[in-house]
Amino acid sequence: MLIEAGHFAFGLALGLSLLQLVLPLWGSRTGDRVLMAIAAPVAIAVFGLIAFSFATLVAAHVTSDFSVENVFQNSHTAKPLIYKISGVWGNHEGSMLLWVAILALFSALVALNPRTVPFALRANALAVQAALTVAFQLFILFTSNPFRRLDPAPMQGRDLNPVLQDLGLAIHPPLLYLGYVGFSMTFAFAMAALIDGRVDAVWARAVRPWALLAWSLLTLGIAMGSYWAYYELGWGGFWFWDPVENASLMPWLVGTALIHSIVVMEKREALKIWTILLAILTFSLSLLGTFLVRSGILTSVHAFAVDPGRGVAILAILVVFIGGSLAIFAWRAPLLRQGGIFAPISREGALIVNNLLLASACATVFLGTLYPLALEAVTGEKISVGAPYYDLTFTPMALLLLVVVPFGQRLAWKRGDLLGAAQRLLAAGLVSIACMLGVVAFTTGGPILAPLAIGIGVFLILGSLTEIWVRAGAGRTPAIVLRRAIGLPRSTWGSVAAHAGLGITLIGLAAQAWSHETITAAKIGQTLTVGRYQAKLVDVRDRPGPNYQAKVALLEVSRGGTGLGVVECEKRSYPARETTTTEAGLLTDGTSQFYASFGEMYPDGTIGLRLYDKPLVLLIWLGSVVMAAGGALCLSDRRLRIGAPSRVRPRSGLVPAE
Amino acid sequence: MTRRSRRIAIIAVSGAVLALALGLALYGMRGTIVFFRTPTQVIQEPQVGQRIRLGGLVETGSIRRGPDQTVTFAVTDGASRVTVHYRGLLPDLFREGQGVVTEGAVEASGSFRAATVLARHDENYMPREVADALKAQGHWKDGKVPAAAAAGPADGR
Repeated sequence: MLIEAGHFAFGLALGLSLLQLVLPLWGSRTGDRVLMAIAAPVAIAVFGLIAFSFATLVAAHVTSDFSVENVFQNSHTAKPLIYKISGVWGNHEGSMLLWVAILALFSALVALNPRTVPFALRANALAVQAALTVAFQLFILFTSNPFRRLDPAPMQGRDLNPVLQDLGLAIHPPLLYLGYVGFSMTFAFAMAALIDGRVDAVWARAVRPWALLAWSLLTLGIAMGSYWAYYELGWGGFWFWDPVENASLMPWLVGTALIHSIVVMEKREALKIWTILLAILTFSLSLLGTFLVRSGILTSVHAFAVDPGRGVAILAILVVFIGGSLAIFAWRAPLLRQGGIFAPISREGALIVNNLLLASACATVFLGTLYPLALEAVTGEKISVGAPYYDLTFTPMALLLLVVVPFGQRLAWKRGDLLGAAQRLLAAGLVSIACMLGVVAFTTGGPILAPLAIGIGVFLILGSLTEIWVRAGAGRTPAIVLRRAIGLPRSTWGSVAAHAGLGITLIGLAAQAWSHETITAAKIGQTLTVGRYQAKLVDVRDRPGPNYQAKVALLEVSRGGTGLGVVECEKRSYPARETTTTEAGLLTDGTSQFYASFGEMYPDGTIGLRLYDKPLVLLIWLGSVVMAAGGALCLSDRRLRIGAPSRVRPRSGLVPAE
Repeated sequence: MTRRSRRIAIIAVSGAVLALALGLALYGMRGTIVFFRTPTQVIQEPQVGQRIRLGGLVETGSIRRGPDQTVTFAVTDGASRVTVHYRGLLPDLFREGQGVVTEGAVEASGSFRAATVLARHDENYMPREVADALKAQGHWKDGKVPAAAAAGPADGR
C-alpha cells in the first residue's frame, strides 16, 4: 500500500512541477509578482512529495517487499541492511528516482534561501529547474517506473550485483549525483539570466555558491568512485580512462573552469557570455554523462538492464535541453552587455588561460570518449581509445595548466606584474626544482614525466601557500603573520586549500610510476617480495558471509624486517547470482599501501596472488578531499553567506580590492 | 589596451591553444587506437604484431593452466577459433562458455598473446562487442548464448 502512496505522490509531484514550470514564466512575462512568488513554495512541495516517494521505495527495499518488481530484481532477504538501502540506487529505476529527487532538492534549497538570490532570477531559475524535473519525471513514469508491482509476489529476490555490494558504492552514486545534478542549478540560473536578458555581478554572486557546492560534491564523488575501483576491482588501478569515468571527468573540468570564470564575473563583470556558456556546457556534459552511462551504449557495471527505449528517451531529453539551451544562448547572448577591461597580464588574463586549458583538456577527453562511438555508428569499425591517447593529449595540457596556476594566483586584478609574481614565487619554485632533482637522483626507473609532475605538485602546494604568506604580511614577526593569516577571508583559505589539494593529488598520481606488481602462485608458508614489502602467506581459510561464501588468504606483511601486520584478501562467491568478487587486502603504511588480491585456487594447493607496492597512493584521494574541503571553505565565506548585495548600495562597495 | 585589440588577442590565443589541443588529439589518436577484431577476422587477415582487442566466447573445455600462472584458452565466435596465451590472474568473471575481451597481439605462429584479459561486462556477462560478433555469425538469439557457439567451430581443431 505504501508503494502506491509513493507512486501517487510522484504523480502529484509531476503535476506541481508543471505548475512550477509554467506559472513563474507567465508571471515574469506579464510582470505578475504573485505568480512568480508561487515558484518557491511549489518547489518545496515538489521536493517533499518526491522525497516521500523515494522513502517509500527505500522502505520497500528494507522490508524486502518482493511484490515490488524493483525490489525483486535487486534485493535479497540475506543482504545486509546497508546494501538493502544502497540497492535502492544500485539499479536503473531507483538511480533515476534519486536523480530526480536531487533535482527537486536543489530547487527546494534555492527556494529556501531567498536572501541570496534576486527575486526574478529565482522565479525563472526555479521554472527552468522544473522543466528538467518534469522531463525526468516523465522519463521515470513511462520507461523506468520503480513502483511497479508483481503479481504473484516471488518468495525471494534476485539480489544486487555483488560488485555493487560495497560501502563505497553506497556513498559514491549519491555524491556523484549531487555534483552532476548540482550543476543543473547553475544551468537553470544561466537560462534564467538569458530569459531575463540581464546578467551582472549580482547574478555571479548568487550563482557562485551553487557552482562551488556542486563542484565540491562532484570532486568527492569522482574520488570515491576511483577509490572504489581501486580496492574492489582487484587490479590495483584507480582510473582506466573508461568512457564512464570520462563522463564524470568532463563536467568536472568544465565545472572547474566555471567556478573560476564566475569569480571574474563577480569581481570584474567580465567574461559574462563565456560564463553563461560554461554553465550551459557543464550541465550539458552532466546530461551527456547520464546518457552515456544509462543508455546502454557503453558496457560497464553502470549500465544496468539495457533497454533501447530508455536510451532513445534520454537522447531526446538531451537534444531538447542542450539544443534548446544553446539556441536560446545564441539568440539572447548578444543582448548581454560586456564590462570590465583588463590587460592580458592580469588575474583575469590568467583565469582566461585557466579556462582555455581546461576547456581544451575537456575537448580532448570528449573526443577520446565519443570518437569510438561515432566511428562505430558511421563505419561499424570498433575501436578503443585508452590511456596512451590521454597520456599524449590530456596530461601535457593538465601539467601546463598546473604550472601556470601559482602565477595566476599572484597576479593582481586588471593589470598584473608577472615579474613581481615570479619573484614572490622564487622560493617555491626553487624548492620544487630541488624536489624534482632529488626524486631523479634517488629513484630508479619510472618515466621522465613522473619527477616533473612531482615537482609541479610541490610547486602547486608551496605556490598556493605563498599566497597566504604574502597576504599575511611576509617578513613581519611570526605573531603578526599568524594573526593576519587567521584573519584572511575563508575564500582565500579555501582557494589555497583547493589548489594545494590538487598538488597533493598530482604527487600521488606521479608516485604511481614507482609502484610494483608481483603476480605469482604461492603455497602456505612461502614468502613473496613486492617492491619494498615482503609478504608471507600464513593461511588460507573458508569464511561464511551473510549472503556469500569467502575464501580468505592471510598475509603477514613486513618492510625491511619490521612487521607491519596481517592482511586478509578474499574471494567471495555469491550463490544468488552465481558470481564471485575479489576483496583486496590493503595495508596502509603512511600514505603508501601494500595491496593484495586473491586470484584463484589451484588443484595442487597453491593460490594465485596479485601483490602491489603502491607508494603514496592515498595522496590521490586525500588531495581530492582537501580540494573539496577548499570548495566548502569558500562556500562558508561571509560574503556568500550574506548573499547578493542590493542594487541600492553604492557600486564602489561591490569591488573589494582583493 | 582597447576592448577591440584585447578581444582579438584573446581570440588569437584561444585559437592557438585549441589548434594545439586538436593537433595533440589527432596525433594521439593515430598511434594509440586499438581495433576490435573477432576470431574470424583474425584468421582471415592476421596482422602479426599489431595491437588489437580480440573478443568472443571462451571455448568450452579449452582452458589449460600451465606453470607460473600461465594459461591458454581458445576464443571463438562459432565460426573460427584463436588460441590465446596469457600470464597473470584472470578476472573474476572469466569462465568457459562466456564472453571475453583480450588485448594483445597476434604472434607469427598464429596464436594470440594477451597482455590483458578484460573483465568489463554487463550483467549478462557478455561484452557488447562480443554480442555483436556473435550476432554477425548468427549465433545470438534472444539474448541467450547458444551452446553451439560456446563449443566452438564444428571441426573442433
